[in-house]
Amino acid sequence: MSTQLLQEERKSAPQPSQTVEKARPNDWTTPQAMAIPKEGYFTLEPGRYGPVFPRTPACYGFSVVGKVKPGREKAIRDYGTNIESAVKADPTVLAPLKLHYLRWVLFDVGSGLHFMYQGIFDTDFDKYLEDAVAVFLKTGITTVFTNLEGWPEDWKTNVPSVIQFFRDHQCPSFLEYGEYPYVSADEVKKALAIKYAFSDMLDQMQ
Amino acid sequence: MLELEDLQHFLISRPPAFAARYEFLSFRQPESGRKWLSGILNKVGVAKHVGSHTPDSRWVTVAFTWNGLRALGLNEEALATFPGEFRQGMAARAEILGTTGANHPEHWMGELASSDLHAIVVLFARNAVERERCKAEHRQYLSICPGVEILSSLDLEAIPPFDYVHEHFGYRDRLSQPAIEGTGDEPGPGSGPPIKPGEFFLGYPDESGSQPALPQPEVLSRNGSYLAYLRLEEHVGAFRAFLREQGNTPEGQELIAAKLMGRWRSGAPLTLAPQRDDPALGADMQRTNNFNYGTMDPYGYGCPLGSHIRRMNPRDTASNMQQHRMIRRGGTYGPALPEGAPEDGIGRGIAAFVGCASLVRQFEFAMNVWTNDPTFHQLGNERDPFVGTQDGTFDLTIPKRPIRQKIKGLPAFTTVRGGAYFFLPGISALRYLTTLSSSSQQSESRNCDAKGCLR
Repeated sequence: MSTQLLQEERKSAPQPSQTVEKARPNDWTTPQAMAIPKEGYFTLEPGRYGPVFPRTPACYGFSVVGKVKPGREKAIRDYGTNIESAVKADPTVLAPLKLHYLRWVLFDVGSGLHFMYQGIFDTDFDKYLEDAVAVFLKTGITTVFTNLEGWPEDWKTNVPSVIQFFRDHQCPSFLEYGEYPYVSADEVKKALAIKYAFSDMLDQMQ
Repeated sequence: MLELEDLQHFLISRPPAFAARYEFLSFRQPESGRKWLSGILNKVGVAKHVGSHTPDSRWVTVAFTWNGLRALGLNEEALATFPGEFRQGMAARAEILGTTGANHPEHWMGELASSDLHAIVVLFARNAVERERCKAEHRQYLSICPGVEILSSLDLEAIPPFDYVHEHFGYRDRLSQPAIEGTGDEPGPGSGPPIKPGEFFLGYPDESGSQPALPQPEVLSRNGSYLAYLRLEEHVGAFRAFLREQGNTPEGQELIAAKLMGRWRSGAPLTLAPQRDDPALGADMQRTNNFNYGTMDPYGYGCPLGSHIRRMNPRDTASNMQQHRMIRRGGTYGPALPEGAPEDGIGRGIAAFVGCASLVRQFEFAMNVWTNDPTFHQLGNERDPFVGTQDGTFDLTIPKRPIRQKIKGLPAFTTVRGGAYFFLPGISALRYLTTLSSSSQQSESRNCDAKGCLR
């Protein structure tokens, strides 16, 4: 009888191939690319400050491009060192931005020097704009933007105008790719923490 | 220093009222609205006097929608200086707030989503008998103010037992209110430092350290606040049925109720009392807020990450909390559903106001991010169990050792029945509004142009 039960269980058990066919949504094991319309979104979803940009296999992003005021290149470059020091002094100083990576680039394609602030992060750009602005004010990142044309003169007292600057200068991407799509920085850190915890456990068992 | 003699009492101090009536008004002609306001102005409660414990019948609160300011005769140039979210009104911001599906404005009651909604008058009363007197008095007053119509109204009343404030589901209320710098209120242990007045009242420095630009003219905006009104029907029968379904014993049901809220119904926080209720802790304002999440409950084994209080005030696990605090006011409407009684179909719930200086940064952030964002705290598929828009497709995760419990398909315990954005002017501003005149709209506009007062 026990043999019969075992056979019935085997019959009803899912076959391995079936499990593989049913990929989970946002499956991190399958690299994904996403082409994005010119507007930066697929369907218009209103956010508090404008259209919401979609989450992509490369999470959320922020690519602000602005023209540098004449003679301000050194001031911007020097500020890279300030951010390096600030993070060294307090590694959590940029934590509210939920960043994976941050890249600052200066380039000139013939129409003058431009600055690009590119961030890859895990939170909806629209949802945490005020928190981002607060971090920018706290760390002095806003000081960098004061070297760009179009930066609002009343930025210290007019947060909505700062937010508007970022929205106006945001260049949405039209292709994003994730080798391990939709994985958040916290998930990466948790996975690594588990890996090291297992390593420690194995060491303790020697 | 806060100008208490020029602030309406509403966000500063509660009068000793066990009942109230909200009347939602429409002004058919500007002059009729101004006449009504002129006559009621001396009954509007002033912050300086409400806490003085003197017999004072001036417990009226008055606030206006953006359409209401226009209906009183405010000129277009001044109207344009108010923030976009206030100009649009709550109904137009439904997608942003997440009030969709059954909570969508197309289902709202009392013409609250209508552009005809111009003002709210709140009549506070010591008890229901006194409220009836106030209603009659206001009705009589309206009879000599032709052109001012009541679009709808709502009677509010505390529900038994009366020895502590609670709502229809039975949770103790008013446990976490921000202390405002300059009012003399000291924050209780665990509540953080006092909050700058500019977070709640226009014309003062806020937590950013600066003083945001004011809508114009300044006499209208200074000492004013924005109010987000929500009427939330509570489905008590469905809530109790859910507890019975999820908990095999009365103790188990109480634990599920606590996990949804983050506090036991007594008010005791799960972070401090994770295993069993502690009513004395819940009632002790020196202890009931004295906790954090980051070090005391980082994984939510006590207070689930998606519970109501952890969403509405993430404390040390969110950034810039001082800039996201709000003042809540309001009360219960409808009769209490006796314990054990079947759902009777009578509307009951809470009708509450959120007071702040920036609707988009404070109220809309809370609704958009904390309440209705399924990915809040990386939960993935959850919304606030009580205030979030629930349609049976969202979950609640209850962290537990060794394996978490996940309740799939959480039912809707509440439905948004109405809402609106109001501007709560200071006393001088109310006087200013009575001085507007239909014929002066153009000349006032010219004067402002000349003085540059709208810049």
